[in-house]
This record gives sequence, structure tokens and C-alpha cells, in this order.
Amino acid sequence: MVESPSQSQSSGFIWRFCLLQTIPIASAYLFLGMAFGIYMTEAGWHPGWVLTTSMVVYAGSLQFVLVALLASGASFLTVALMTLFINTRHLFYGIGFIEPFRKMGWKYPYMIFALTDETYSLLCSVPVPEGIDRRKVYFRIAVLDHGYWLCGSLAGALLGRAVPIDFAGIEFSMTALFVIIFLNQWKQCRSHLPAVTGLCFGVFFLILLGPDAFLLPTLGATVGLLLVLRQKVVAAESEAARG
Amino acid sequence: MDKHVYTAFVILLAGGVTIFLRACPFLLFGRRQALPSYVAFLGNYLPPAIMAVLLVYCLKGIRFNSYPYGLAECLSVALVVALHLWKSNSLLSIGAGTGCYMILIRTVFACG
Repeated sequence: MVESPSQSQSSGFIWRFCLLQTIPIASAYLFLGMAFGIYMTEAGWHPGWVLTTSMVVYAGSLQFVLVALLASGASFLTVALMTLFINTRHLFYGIGFIEPFRKMGWKYPYMIFALTDETYSLLCSVPVPEGIDRRKVYFRIAVLDHGYWLCGSLAGALLGRAVPIDFAGIEFSMTALFVIIFLNQWKQCRSHLPAVTGLCFGVFFLILLGPDAFLLPTLGATVGLLLVLRQKVVAAESEAARG
Repeated sequence: MDKHVYTAFVILLAGGVTIFLRACPFLLFGRRQALPSYVAFLGNYLPPAIMAVLLVYCLKGIRFNSYPYGLAECLSVALVVALHLWKSNSLLSIGAGTGCYMILIRTVFACG
């Protein structure tokens, strides 16, 4: 049966679609959020602070580092520099979303705030169904992801180590999600130059600089090379479109 | 300084710097009528490159030079790829891959 436009545009339909799309992120965020909640409360902070951190900062790896910084009474300068250092990669995420986000009214600032690695990846690849405003999908996905993160954090803070289940390894769902998005984009894109560039620089700098320092040089070099090869990428794309 | 005041400042500072970083492209280009052509180009072609980089980022912790040589990760990634090429069902691929990984690190490649 073909759904009428009014049916497929209905709020419930879009929410269900977004819930399904965010299942991999839900499993990762609930688990990692719980790990964060347990970590911060065991370090001596009230569950209220756990919730505030996940609400206001909303950046996975940074939040774990923050607990260590808080516990050691680090200076504000150290906190600012660590945040810059860990999260600089986020500089690159907004570039593809300027056009859709800026037409979203009051949701515009929230969409920028909520652009985590995982939400960014999903927004890049989500197959918005025919006839649905993709901005509605974007906003619901952002809200759901933030919600998973908050629920996980709160559950971890309140339940602590009382949770009897061993979830070790569930963070692999994030890797699996990235693998799938990578495969889908590989199939969609006519020019594979961007993907190959990112992959090669990633492996190269990982071997050269090690796991803690490779990310920023990789992103910088990738952007640089893509800009240099811009004509070539666009030509390859249009040539493949003609052929 | 009082612990609560200090905590509040640290959280606000970290949150502020993070949203500033996320907002940079929008602050730079958000008010223009038309995007500069190189920004539009990056907007279209950067995402596949960033996904490739994030993939490397996810797997950066693997030690290929000592046991278990990243075998749990490699086998699970291979399963995800194979399932996805075969069935094209994201949830199936992610669920099976993650399950495979969780079982492998507890059984075949359990450390200690």
C-alpha cells in the first residue's frame, strides 16, 4: 500500500523512522553514557553533575578526560586547551550542513551544538524517505541521540556498579556503524578519491605519529589534498555521470 | 575555590569551547547568501573522507605486533562488510558484528 503524503509526513511516522535509524547509536550511547556515569560518580561527583556534564558538554571522549581534570583540580587554561585539543576535529563537521541547518529557525543553534561524531555520521548518510522534509529527520535524530546519552549517563550515575551485566565490547557497534556508512558512501559516490585520500592519510599518520596524535594532521592533510585535487574530483564525478 | 563552583566553571568552559568548535563553519559562512565554491565543494566531498578517517580512528587501538593481533576486530569488521554486501541490512550487520566481537573477546581472544 502506498502511503499518502499526509500519512508519511505525520510526526509519528518520522519519529519511528528516526528511532530505527538511531538504534546502533542508542546501543553505543546508552552503554558509554553508563560507563561515564559510573566513572564520574565513583570519582566523587553527584549524579546531578553527571547529568549536567552530559547535557552541557555532550562530547564522549572529552567528558571522560574532564573527570580526570576535575579530580586533579586542573587550571581553567588546561581545561580549555585539552578541550581544544580533543575536539578540534569538530571544526570540519559543520561544513556540509550549513545550508540545511540555517533554515531551521530556533533549532539552528541546537543542531550545531548536537553535532557529535555519531550524529554527524548518521546525518551524512540517513536515507530520508521520499516526500519527507529532511530537516525534520535531522532534528529528531539529534534529539534522540542526545536523549540516549543523557539516559545512559543518568542510569550509570544512579545504578553505579550495581548493574550486573557485562557490556564489554558493545562499543564495537559504533565501529560497525562507521563501516556500514563507509560502504554506503563508497557505493553512492562516483569518485572514490575522497574516501581513498582519508583512508591513506589516516593509516599513514597513524603509523607515523601514533594513535594519540594522528587525527588532526590526517584531517588537515585530507582537506588540503582534496582542495588541490578539486578539479580532478569534480571532473571524475561528472565524467562517470555521463558514462 | 568551592568544589561546586569549580565544577560548574569547568563544565561551562569545556561545553563553551566544544560548541565554539562545532559552530566555526557556521560562524564563518552561515550568513552568506551563496557559499564560496570551495566550501560547497568540501561540503559535498569531505564526508566520505571523514568517514574513512573516523573508521581508522575507531580501530586505532589495535596492536598488530602482539597477541591477539587485532584479530577480534578484523574478523568482526569482515563479518560486517560481508553481511552488508550480501543483505544490505544495517541493523543485521551491526548486530551480528557487535555480537561476534563481544563473543570473540570473551572466548577465543580473552586476555588474562
